[in-house]
Amino acid sequence: MIEFQLDTGSGVATYLQLVQQVHQALQLGLLEPGDQLPTAQQVVAKLAINPNTVLKAYRDLEREGLVQPRPGLGTFVIRTLPGPDPTTLHRFLATLMDWLGSARAAGLGPDDIEAIYRTATRSSYAEGVA
Amino acid sequence: MIRFASLQFRTQAAVAFGALAVIAVVLGLTGPHLVHLYNTTVATCGAHGDCASATATFLSADRLLQDLGNVVIALPAIVGIFWGAPLVARELETGTHRLVWTQSVTRTRWIAVKLGLVGLASIAVAGLFSLMMTWWSSPLDLVNGNRFTSVFDQRGIVPMGYAAFAFALGVLAGVLIRRTLPAMATALGGFVFVRVAVTFWVRPHLETAVHATSVLRMTSGMGFNQTNNGPLSVTGGHAGAWVFSDRIVDSAGHAVGGNFLSQGACLQSRSSVACIGKLREVLVYQPASRYWAFQSFEMAIFLALAVVCGAVCFWWMRRRVS
Amino acid sequence: MSGALETNGLGKQYGRRWALHDCTLSIPAGKVVGLVGPNGAGKTTLLHLAVGLMAPTSGTITVLGAGPGEGPAQLARVGFVAQNTPTYAGLSIAKHLRMGAWLNPGWDGDLAERRIEQLGLDPRQKTGSLSGGQRAQVALTLAIAKRPEFLLLDEPVAALDPLARREFLQSLMEVVAEHGVTVVLSSHLVADLERVCDFLVVLVTSHVQLAGDVGELLSSHHRLSGPRRDPSSLPASQQVIEESHTDKQSTLLVRSDGPIIDPSWTVKPVTLDDLVLAYMGQARDTERVPHQGLSVIR
Repeated sequence: MIEFQLDTGSGVATYLQLVQQVHQALQLGLLEPGDQLPTAQQVVAKLAINPNTVLKAYRDLEREGLVQPRPGLGTFVIRTLPGPDPTTLHRFLATLMDWLGSARAAGLGPDDIEAIYRTATRSSYAEGVA
Repeated sequence: MIRFASLQFRTQAAVAFGALAVIAVVLGLTGPHLVHLYNTTVATCGAHGDCASATATFLSADRLLQDLGNVVIALPAIVGIFWGAPLVARELETGTHRLVWTQSVTRTRWIAVKLGLVGLASIAVAGLFSLMMTWWSSPLDLVNGNRFTSVFDQRGIVPMGYAAFAFALGVLAGVLIRRTLPAMATALGGFVFVRVAVTFWVRPHLETAVHATSVLRMTSGMGFNQTNNGPLSVTGGHAGAWVFSDRIVDSAGHAVGGNFLSQGACLQSRSSVACIGKLREVLVYQPASRYWAFQSFEMAIFLALAVVCGAVCFWWMRRRVS
Repeated sequence: MSGALETNGLGKQYGRRWALHDCTLSIPAGKVVGLVGPNGAGKTTLLHLAVGLMAPTSGTITVLGAGPGEGPAQLARVGFVAQNTPTYAGLSIAKHLRMGAWLNPGWDGDLAERRIEQLGLDPRQKTGSLSGGQRAQVALTLAIAKRPEFLLLDEPVAALDPLARREFLQSLMEVVAEHGVTVVLSSHLVADLERVCDFLVVLVTSHVQLAGDVGELLSSHHRLSGPRRDPSSLPASQQVIEESHTDKQSTLLVRSDGPIIDPSWTVKPVTLDDLVLAYMGQARDTERVPHQGLSVIR
């Protein structure tokens, strides 16, 4: 069974972190259709978070069609995450390589590039309505 | 609630009833001996004509246990302080009232059960102790003839009234003052004050004293009290009654001088008809027959005071003490 | 449908001091509510009024639709753990459980015993010899084993070490997940509340400064930073809660129902921590300069 972690300093909402961890587990093959997700009770007993947060995450996953609750039994994975289309992956990879080339030519070192990457990722996932 | 109140009370109850059991054993062992002593000395002294010395011998027996009777006076106060004052005050001091008053019993039910349970226990302890002491001391009291006077509050049923009042006053002090030690001190002070007040200002007037004038007759145990300047008066006699004043007057109703006995017909014999025949005794007293009425009245007064204290506690509890 | 806790103009006065004043709240059922504020703000007073330990001086309060503490049935629906988790120091844990069974008709003895066992506590041990964390867990057990619909806790973790604090919150959340009770948890530490609460009430100097669903509060508050500006130049729909300025830059915390479309601002989300601190600061400033005109948010 998957075990959730919580990164309190990341600025990402708790329920989103749970959703993301399920996505990652599906992509890595740690979760397969038929597997049961931990009950809200099990999750909160370890993480000390509000049960509604867990339920919200599971509802989001249900809306995405990835899981289904079975009353009295639990919440089960019904579909694996479709991997990204290989051509899409390739396209983004190429874009990123171009960008990296320009950044390095402008004199940015690995640390600068790392910093830019983290800032961009954080704002992109965490930013609310602006 | 009754079971929980009993659980909280069990240590105090064990101490009290344990002590009572020990005392019962001691009194039980020595009581028959006292009766035997009475039967062999004082009961037959009239025939031997040595009543004065027989009485003295008898009264000096078991002095220690006689003093135990004085504990009966202190017992209600002890019960009131140690059982009553902490009842609510301790809960308020330790904060446990916030635990027990948020269970599913109302505050009023809580205080009613605690007052009832521990109140009845305190009455029972005082009653049992008084019963034992009254039984044990009955030969002594008979000889001393003082059950209506000096040992009135150590015998009979009044100690139960005292205990009930001391307890209820203790609880009330705890409720109002909210801390155990100050509540104990206040309850003790209040109790002593009320006891003294009732003894001196209320008890003498529970029934109108009897005024009786009669021909003076000297009986066993009576004596004259001579003074140089004042009037002649009488001591002793009237065993079992509560004498307020006992004066000698002559046939005209005038007070007789203190030096009367050193003159005239009395020089020959103090008890001769010639000496005292014309004298009258003016007695203001409560007859011995009224003893149980007085016991009942006084117990009723203190029970009523206890009920008043309990009612105030009850009413105060409803006001949401936090 | 009335909420778990409804108050209207609720106030409590001691002598001349108002411990709580003009408090109007509506706390919905099924939430875990954080009651935050500095010491002396009136949190304990509000909780004591809600469980019937105290009667109000003014205003009204209803809990689960009825008056607090009115009768055994109402008392049975509400569980309470007071500050410093008082217990009878001379009685063992087992005797406390018996007390619970005797004094509560809805007592779930199995639940209580199971919890004590899970906590690894010896029922014969006297509660006076337990650590603070263990006593808090026993007090929580007593409160939940009576199967209340509503659970109020007065600073239950304030005196606990971090591990005990975490274990207490884990227990509490497990209870919420299993039994669906509404919980009000008071604290002057915000950090724990962020992961646990989905409704927030901020109480400062005896007044309610802020009350609302956490999700809504976080989505309606923003931190704006940009070139130095007078806050009164902002549109009326944006309410400034906190502001700080350097000679070149302004940083504001605003409440706004609609999106911020002014391009000169960089907009960032706020954390619950920031939000509470901002409202607490606002209350303190309003106290010092009463005519500053910052309104109280309900």
